[in-house]
Amino acid sequence: MSIDQSTAARVAKLARIKVEDDALPALAAEFNTILGFIEQLNEVDVDGVEPMTSVTPQRLKRREDVVTDGNQQAKILANAPDAREGFFAVPKVVE
Amino acid sequence: MTDLNKLGLAEARDALRKGDVTSVELTTACLGAIEGAGALNAFVHKTPEIALERAKSADERLQGGDAPAMCGLPVGIKDLFCTKGVPSQAGSRILQGFLPEYESTVSQNLQDAGAVMLGKLNMDEFAMGSSNETSTYGDVISPWRRGNDDTALTPGGSSGGSAAAVAADLCLAATGTDTGGSIRQPAAFTGITGVKPTYGRCSRWGVVAFASSLDQAGPMTKSVRDAAIMLGAMAGHDPKDSTSADLAVPDFEALLTGDIRGKKIGIPKEYRMDGMPDEIEKLWADGADMLRDAGAEIIDISLPHTKYALPAYYVIAPAEASSNLARYDGVRYGHRATLDAGDGITEMYEKTRAEGFGHEVQRRVMIGTYVLSAGFYDAYYNRARRVRTLIKRDFEDVFAAGIDAILTPATPSAAFGLGEMGQADPIQMYLNDVFTVTVNLAGLPGISVPAGIDKQGLPLGLQLIGRPWEEGDLLNCAQALETAAGFVAKPGKWW
Repeated sequence: MSIDQSTAARVAKLARIKVEDDALPALAAEFNTILGFIEQLNEVDVDGVEPMTSVTPQRLKRREDVVTDGNQQAKILANAPDAREGFFAVPKVVE
Repeated sequence: MTDLNKLGLAEARDALRKGDVTSVELTTACLGAIEGAGALNAFVHKTPEIALERAKSADERLQGGDAPAMCGLPVGIKDLFCTKGVPSQAGSRILQGFLPEYESTVSQNLQDAGAVMLGKLNMDEFAMGSSNETSTYGDVISPWRRGNDDTALTPGGSSGGSAAAVAADLCLAATGTDTGGSIRQPAAFTGITGVKPTYGRCSRWGVVAFASSLDQAGPMTKSVRDAAIMLGAMAGHDPKDSTSADLAVPDFEALLTGDIRGKKIGIPKEYRMDGMPDEIEKLWADGADMLRDAGAEIIDISLPHTKYALPAYYVIAPAEASSNLARYDGVRYGHRATLDAGDGITEMYEKTRAEGFGHEVQRRVMIGTYVLSAGFYDAYYNRARRVRTLIKRDFEDVFAAGIDAILTPATPSAAFGLGEMGQADPIQMYLNDVFTVTVNLAGLPGISVPAGIDKQGLPLGLQLIGRPWEEGDLLNCAQALETAAGFVAKPGKWW
């Protein structure tokens, strides 16, 4: 499977990473190198093998469905690049 | 006492308890060594005030006869661990200025055990790298050199700052994290001991996530005994990490009996790679002889899916990373790009992530995005997870057949020069993890022990892989290897 420039651009868009047009050929070439390496997995017979979901067999613990945390607005906003009036501020989302 | 920073954890602990030395003296010696080692670029955020304050309070506890396991012992903390009020950037520009409002469970456990934090240690960005060349802080320089050649060498990665700091005696020990080999490979490159515990032994809470199903924290120390002491202090069940195991933590140090008679040590034939340097081959054979001489039985074994571990890893780890790193969006913490007039939220995300992430991180996030995208999820991600099941089954089969531990080389070579590897081809760099990555995929404990010196004068490590939750037994085997190998070399001070 080979990745062309338009696929590379689509992946960059999905990943929300800005890639300049002139950087796309090199990016596509890198993807193809790595995917070529990954292609080896096609040699393995995986019929009837379950995909691993948890490396250690365990049941997730359950707890009471109650509030255990909260009231930390100032701490949560403390690291925001732009916080106003108790909210995270971002550029306009809705026209 | 002179050169207190050169002590290991066990020696320093015993000296503290006897009253021969104080934690303030130990801490001051380390802070002095750190100040003199700027050329290594290992410590990137220094916390001398916190260190001296904790050292004073440790001295009070020691005097009061209330000294927990790590009381008064100065350590370095990898930048991946969130530390309250202290910069925690994961080696990335995107977390510039981030001051956590909370403390990671592992660093809190160490603090509760009385350990003294000296500062934060350099690392590959988001722990993605094997040479510490992807850090926003710049490269870490290994304290080791090839004889009189002054070529700057890598300390390995991603826990390169931790490895360099321990090897250069800037601290008594350090924390590391290991997703594909990031504790064991730098430990091997710098002549120190590094443990990747069983998945779930140490809480991941407050550790910046790379690939959540593979990440584990562990100790990087000057001896196996030190690793046993520090692992005990780091480990334990944590309700804040749902994958943290609710199991009692044994007294690992007490399990170091020195007796490995009758232990069955497996030698996996698939780890004999084409083009493996003769020195690595010889080191491996010597290691097997040492364990045999100590009374262990050496048995040839097969782990047939070994070859597919690295390609499976380079699907699973980037997939998880692309998901974990989605949180860096310029909204809640860290860097936000300066926007042009008319830019909306999508431009903000795209510019922020392009500026904030380095090249390797961008590449892995995009590979992960691709293998998870519609139409490719089954072909790549699900296939890799199936292969992962087979890799784990390989280990289960040999353990079921009675193998207690597995001996392999830790790395396919000694440390290389900065800039020498993988400039053009990322796969070349990825091959560094060929012997370590299987252990993460199978969730097993692994340890790298320094075992020899190559003809250039650089350290080489051997890896032992243990049964799940049997770190005590693994450490005991590792100590037998350590004793037999008698590795005592230290880098000559040039910095």
